[in-house]
Amino acid sequence: MSLLKLRNLSVEFATAGGGFRAVDQVDLDVAPGEILAIVGESGSGKSVSMLAAMGLLPWTATVTADEMSFDGRDLRAMSGRARRRLVGRDMAMIFQEPMSSLNPCFTVGFQVKEALRQHLDLNRRARHARAVELFEMVGIPDPEKRLGNFPHQMSGGMNQRVMIAIAIACKPRLLIADEPTTALDVTIQAQILDLLVSLQRETGMALILITHDMGVVAETAERVSVQYAGQKVEEQRVEGLFDTPHHPYTAALLAALPERATERRLPTIPGVVPGQFDRPEGCLFSPRCRFADETCRRVPPPVQGRELGLARCHYPITSDARRKESAS
Amino acid sequence: MLKYFLARLLTFVPTFLGVTLISFAFIRVLPGDPIIVMAGERGLSDERYAELVTQYGFDRPIWEQFWDYFTGVLQGDLGTSLVTKKPVWDEFFTLFPATLELSICAILFAMLLGLPAGVIAAVYRGKFFDRALMSTALVGYSMPIFWWALLLIIVFSGNLGWTPVSGRIDLLYFFPPVTGFMLIDSALSGQDGAFVSAVRHLILPTIVLGTIPLAVIARQTRSAMLEVLSEDYIRTARAKGLTPSRVNGLHALRNAMIPVITVIGLSVGTLLAGAILTETIFSWPGIGKWMVDSIFRRDYPVVQGGLLLIAVMVMIVNLTVDLLYGLINPKIRKR
Repeated sequence: MSLLKLRNLSVEFATAGGGFRAVDQVDLDVAPGEILAIVGESGSGKSVSMLAAMGLLPWTATVTADEMSFDGRDLRAMSGRARRRLVGRDMAMIFQEPMSSLNPCFTVGFQVKEALRQHLDLNRRARHARAVELFEMVGIPDPEKRLGNFPHQMSGGMNQRVMIAIAIACKPRLLIADEPTTALDVTIQAQILDLLVSLQRETGMALILITHDMGVVAETAERVSVQYAGQKVEEQRVEGLFDTPHHPYTAALLAALPERATERRLPTIPGVVPGQFDRPEGCLFSPRCRFADETCRRVPPPVQGRELGLARCHYPITSDARRKESAS
Repeated sequence: MLKYFLARLLTFVPTFLGVTLISFAFIRVLPGDPIIVMAGERGLSDERYAELVTQYGFDRPIWEQFWDYFTGVLQGDLGTSLVTKKPVWDEFFTLFPATLELSICAILFAMLLGLPAGVIAAVYRGKFFDRALMSTALVGYSMPIFWWALLLIIVFSGNLGWTPVSGRIDLLYFFPPVTGFMLIDSALSGQDGAFVSAVRHLILPTIVLGTIPLAVIARQTRSAMLEVLSEDYIRTARAKGLTPSRVNGLHALRNAMIPVITVIGLSVGTLLAGAILTETIFSWPGIGKWMVDSIFRRDYPVVQGGLLLIAVMVMIVNLTVDLLYGLINPKIRKR
């Protein structure tokens, strides 16, 4: 049974220019102990769909879904109090900007212990011991001293480790990492990713990794969900996805990886993700798709079967087509 | 923190010099002559006038007069009132507790209502409470203070008879001032009903004086909270599953306090400078009324010394505010 289950999730933001649909009919399942990657460009609704699951969207957002459940419990029907018991304990999240995600007015120790105090029945001394233990787990040297530091006294990488410590404080069953390495130095990025994966192995929690880095996906994820302009366009196991992408968007993303480039010039995807006012009538990717025809531009594509990676496409790429293409 | 404190303290020096000079110059720029005012309607002979001018030293060069005053100030001597012949220092500290007591009550009143109101308005932005509160605050801010005072007196003292009209305590009670703070003195006196009487006398002046700071604090708290509530760390706090009261009241408010503390400090500054209208309407024997009277009498030593002491008080408040910044948000200490 899946731990987190989203069916037909949509999120709409009220803006000055009318409603803006940031997430559009997204389905998602995460099994206990699984690593799922959600990939897509900026503005593809990856973060928003996860924030919706956590109940962290601002008041301008309207969330609708046919099903939104955690461990079989309906998140939509839950009272605010019941949901707060779940959020931060069983499902936790870390964010993109570690420097601004920690409160500048409180020591990092306070911010870690606060999570423990909220959810676990520990006394002051036990909370302190647990905080030290957590800092050791996430690789912060000299934890006793570091607990008294303020966020501005530490580096971005250290702050992200603090964020991870806060997130795993109550042994969550699901950790959502929203581009956890984007704001960090390249050398630190690998360390943080390794930390997340090793923590996932140790604790057996499920991990959702939101990223736009296909290299990260290849190294860490077991299953991949590709989002484009608020829609899920493809979902596959990681080997299958890299081997045979079924959606032209996925194929184009993979072709743009430097490691996979065969020609002198790195292939790119022309154009940008459609915004609030230039949403195409048919397939959202059609203006940028090199296979698009009249049908694509007019009719929204159906979702294909699981054997075709649930691709949201009129003409999903099959392995036969690929073979034919590479032969020509 | 000590370094931060000392650095702030150092900025006192030029401000202090400036204020001494300005307060000295200010009253002398005004037309009028203290000796003529003292003589009153009877007038006085030219010889007597010349004699008095020499006696008070007004015939000496202005920079010499200033130097005398300034060296006196450095030795803690602010001079003697031309009218009452009492040292300015003594007069100030007889009257200042009354102003301080009223200011503290007014600012507490403003903070206790203004902070929660601003927080709630920000959390429920755009809702009925927010709109109602912010329009009320605007009315409070733009209302003429004397009119508001008279209205309250008419309703609560005149029609309802709940509160006394003026003064600090009923004439029934008398006790020697110990601290100068009526609330403390009345409680210390042990006389039945004295403390209650002092409290009842404070209610209306507190509301009148606290109204504008209340409106300013509520509006400032709301706007600071709105800004802070969209910060990433608020999302983190919510992601921990904290209750809304903890997220808003602790994580957001503490960050929002920096601009709010600033306006509170500025309000305290103006309140200390003497709430002239409020003190006049309620016959409150504070320094506001004392300063105005002294200006009309061209009582040079009182005006320049009083202004200087008020300025020092305001500087102390500002220093406290600066130190509070560092306490609230340790990041600021670095600058």
